[in-house]
Amino acid sequence: MRNIQSKSSPFRDLLQNLTPTAIICLSILIILIVLAIAAPWVSPYQPTEILTDESYHLMSDSMLLGGDYLGRDIASRLIYGLQITLGVTFVVTVLAFFTGCLLGFLAAVLGGIFDTLLSRVIDALIALPAIMIALIVIASLGSSLPVLIVTLALIDSTRVFRIARALAMNIVASDYVEAARVRGEGLKWIIWHEILPNALGPLAAEFGIRFTYTILFMSALGFLGLGMQPPHADLGLLIRENMQGLLFGSYAPLYPALAISLITITINIFIDWYLQQLDSALPSEF
Amino acid sequence: MNSNNDILQVQNLCVDAIDRHGKTMPIVCNISFSIAPGQITSLIGESGSGKTTVSLATMGYSRPNCKISKGKVILQDEDLLNLDSSQIQQKRGSDIAYIAQSAAAAFNRALTIGAQVTEVAVLRGLMTRQQADLRAVSLYNQLGLPNPETIGRLYPHQVSGGQLQRLMAAMAMMCHPKLLIMDEPTTALDVTTQIEVLQAFKRLIREQKVAAIYVSHDLAVVVQMADDILVLKDGRMVELQSTQNILDNPCQEYTRMLMDAVPQLQLPHISHQPLTAAAAAAADKLTPDPVEKCRLENTVRKEANSDVLLTLSNVTAAYGSNTSTVLKDISLKVNLGETIGIIGESGSGKTTLGRVISGLMVPSNGQIEFQGRVLNNTCKQRSREDLRQIQFVFQMAETALNPRHRIRQILGRPLEFYLGMTGRAAEERIVELLDLVELSAEFIDRFPRELSGGQLQRINFARALAAEPKLIICDEITSALDTLVSKAIIELLINLKNRLGIAYVFISHDLSTVAKLADSLAVMRHGEIVEFNKTGNVLTPPHHEYTELLLDSIPKLRTGWLEEVSGLVYNPV
Amino acid sequence: MDLPLIVIRRMAIGVVTVLVVSLLVFAGTELLPGDVAQAILGPGATPESIANIRARLGLDQAAHIRYMHWFGNLLHGDMGTSLVSGREISVLIAERSSNTFLLAGVTALVAVPLSVLLGLIASTRPNGRIDKTISAITLTLISIPDFLVAVILVSIFSVQLGWLPALSTIRPDSNFLELARMLVLPVTALSFTVIAHMARMTRTAVLNELTSPAIEMAILKGVPKSRLLLVHALSNAIAPIVNVIALNLAYLISGVVVIETLFNINGLGKLMVDAVTTRDIPLVQGCAMLFCAVYVLLNLFADTISIVANPRIRHPK
Repeated sequence: MRNIQSKSSPFRDLLQNLTPTAIICLSILIILIVLAIAAPWVSPYQPTEILTDESYHLMSDSMLLGGDYLGRDIASRLIYGLQITLGVTFVVTVLAFFTGCLLGFLAAVLGGIFDTLLSRVIDALIALPAIMIALIVIASLGSSLPVLIVTLALIDSTRVFRIARALAMNIVASDYVEAARVRGEGLKWIIWHEILPNALGPLAAEFGIRFTYTILFMSALGFLGLGMQPPHADLGLLIRENMQGLLFGSYAPLYPALAISLITITINIFIDWYLQQLDSALPSEF
Repeated sequence: MNSNNDILQVQNLCVDAIDRHGKTMPIVCNISFSIAPGQITSLIGESGSGKTTVSLATMGYSRPNCKISKGKVILQDEDLLNLDSSQIQQKRGSDIAYIAQSAAAAFNRALTIGAQVTEVAVLRGLMTRQQADLRAVSLYNQLGLPNPETIGRLYPHQVSGGQLQRLMAAMAMMCHPKLLIMDEPTTALDVTTQIEVLQAFKRLIREQKVAAIYVSHDLAVVVQMADDILVLKDGRMVELQSTQNILDNPCQEYTRMLMDAVPQLQLPHISHQPLTAAAAAAADKLTPDPVEKCRLENTVRKEANSDVLLTLSNVTAAYGSNTSTVLKDISLKVNLGETIGIIGESGSGKTTLGRVISGLMVPSNGQIEFQGRVLNNTCKQRSREDLRQIQFVFQMAETALNPRHRIRQILGRPLEFYLGMTGRAAEERIVELLDLVELSAEFIDRFPRELSGGQLQRINFARALAAEPKLIICDEITSALDTLVSKAIIELLINLKNRLGIAYVFISHDLSTVAKLADSLAVMRHGEIVEFNKTGNVLTPPHHEYTELLLDSIPKLRTGWLEEVSGLVYNPV
Repeated sequence: MDLPLIVIRRMAIGVVTVLVVSLLVFAGTELLPGDVAQAILGPGATPESIANIRARLGLDQAAHIRYMHWFGNLLHGDMGTSLVSGREISVLIAERSSNTFLLAGVTALVAVPLSVLLGLIASTRPNGRIDKTISAITLTLISIPDFLVAVILVSIFSVQLGWLPALSTIRPDSNFLELARMLVLPVTALSFTVIAHMARMTRTAVLNELTSPAIEMAILKGVPKSRLLLVHALSNAIAPIVNVIALNLAYLISGVVVIETLFNINGLGKLMVDAVTTRDIPLVQGCAMLFCAVYVLLNLFADTISIVANPRIRHPK
């Protein structure tokens, strides 16, 4: 309630409500991120180094998770794959949020022709299933890291635009933005000081959702052979490369699959917890 | 009061709130009362008093994150709180019925009205569909609804708010309930609509011998409806007495405070004459009230100096491109330091008028002059100085203050933006402003959600003061507040008005509140000003026909008023 | 506005969207700086042979003329010829589309009722044991890539147990039993993700309705719980649920592409992925247009249903 004594902050409230599950998820994510960043130091070998001419070398002291179809160290390739997947996804999501939020906020505040035109174009882009956009662009430009990043960011930013615009629309309709307008505040103040602080909560959740979506989508492209190109491999491509291994009893394709699932599951559980903190209550008889 | 034939007996009822960590905190404690058939007991209190919680608990229901922890609710020798959920569900709708505050929200928007009214009766097999339809039509008739034969086929969005509220009463009365619970059933309605609804409810309760609980914050309305009044404060009983006793001889200080806070119109006993300086002198002798006298003198003096601050000439405005106009040909003059009250019911265009003046809405026609210059229509085109001079205070402080800004930033921004004040100077001024609205300096680092409704409204007003304007437009700034808080805000406004000499345009639906504050009154209806005159003149008979309707519709703080008023209608030529 | 008018307006918007989509598909493949001629001939091509190919494909003409030409032909059902196989694209697509529609159709038939049911069951007792179980399972399923689900299914039911075929190469002469056996795994793999998404969204949509004052009113007038959910909440949740279903068609399409490739089903998805790998641009265009048009039409259909379900529009004041 309205506690006169405490100077509460929303962030501290959140930390106080951390559940054990949320803490576990957060820790796993932090470990994976540290692993990805520290790849050059922690990985035992170079990811492209061929160590043996035997396919699907079994687990051993020198190759912790065994070897892949070309005799490269799976553990090393996995750590570098994690770096590529997390790195690309992070860059993509940040790019998508920067453009999506900026355009979405502008559309909501400016309204009029700017909003109508932009929304029409974005609607048309959203009317294309994401995989179609990706396939079309990759067909004409070929698959390279910049193409991949820009395409994925473009796809994501259309979704972010919609959410950011909807959020901002609600905020723009509120009395405090109206109060700022009648005070004579400009666009910059309204976006930066009125809309952004109030949209931050839901946008944070959306960041997590888009992050997992991008990981899954990028992995699917990698799996189809249309993502990263060998010898460098993201987690999706690692699965594709070693699919045959399943027939020889190797777990090679399962490790990257496990890594993908671990990232997305922990993020999703964490968001679930986070959204519950924002959620309203239900009738008790239900 | 406690007789054997009571339908309902509530004994030592307690309700707990449960927070996220599972900790419980009592929000309602030891409530006991009983009701006989055909009688109405009213629960009255301010927000947070637990009146709605108690009323819901008498149906064995508690809102999310609440739990009925103790006590008995005995309905005809059966304790509802001992029943399991399916048994209590059988009681609801047939033995106990409920009328919610907002019918517009409580009706399911995807089903027809008739289907919802007859739903439970048919579902339980109490009536066949034909019987239920017939009963519904007869109830519609009793409640004075138009087209009783066909209104059931409509969807909720197709009828008006007042009609919907009565349709909900029909839904409640469908299965001849023994106990009827009404939660602020007329709060969302206009005063002129309220009377019909209240009369219909009361008649129905008396005729059908129902025991009723009437929940409200509005003492004047409660006095019309209730036989007994239970005053609640912070979840505890303050006082339980018959209505007449409460009026004549309240035992508790708190009850007395609530009664004193009800804004009562003091109709001046002056003759109906145009107010010239001479006339005012004459009125001087006729007005016994010294406050009123002072006010009249003030207005007349200002008229003489003719320091016109704001002039609206033939302003017309409409939402959208071709929809109906909300303002028709409005002309209005505000003098320096003068307070104009704008009064009207919902849809009268009063808020739109305020928005047009402040530049939030663009008029389609007419012009606005401020200090002798024509103002640009939109706030975007106005100069920062013009914007500073006219400040707008929004109705709901909760939504008008950015929840992510501290009070320091909320009050500091206009200082920096308009007056270039920063750092120490700004900080000192913020403390001064807080002091001006009677808040202590420690509020400076709070977020809005850490403040109560009344405190928020003070901050909201202080933000307007920070700009050091010539004119402040107040849009219904007391209507969302509790009676006591609202009274304090009005006193603050009067105090500041005398000290700072700022002109106010005070918009409200509540004539009694406006009359306390305003030098002149503009009465609006359907986008037009039907009467504009000095407050004294407006309130003095003979009234304009519509003003008279408004005046007559305000419930008086005495019993029997509801039975006296009848046939209040306004048919403009 | 009148109901027919609104529906007609929606349809007009749908037509415009298909037009814009065609522009985007064309622009995406033709205007981006990649050179198709170069791509076909490889890095060792001489300038003459590149110019030759460009002239043959009409690439030397202005972009808008090529678009008009392409779109005009598209309207007549002529999508051009495949650069790789030299066959008519419309024929290629016609051959393959039945398999894709079979896969997607069966999946939708399984997934839609099942997921709405799951969503409803979960929302009967929010945060109860059943809800939490369903929530945990669906959360896991939306987090796992659909190809992983497929791989696991194959390694269990095909590789380990040998019950079902690992590859589902559907031939025109496959009989019903063969077809059914071949479809079990792809449909299951495809359904999992889609069901999980739809069930979660259905739950959210219904719960959203359950917090409304209208539901509290219904509780207080003694409406039994089943009816509360199935009549009061659901009648208002139809539009959001239909939107949920429409939204998930997008997952279905991307799922189809992946699953077809994985199970080697001769459908449009695999056709398109192969076309992308060989950079067979006209074929990519044709497939993309077909996928997009179907998707836009289904969305339009969902939109129309949610409009018709709204009494405010059906019965204006």
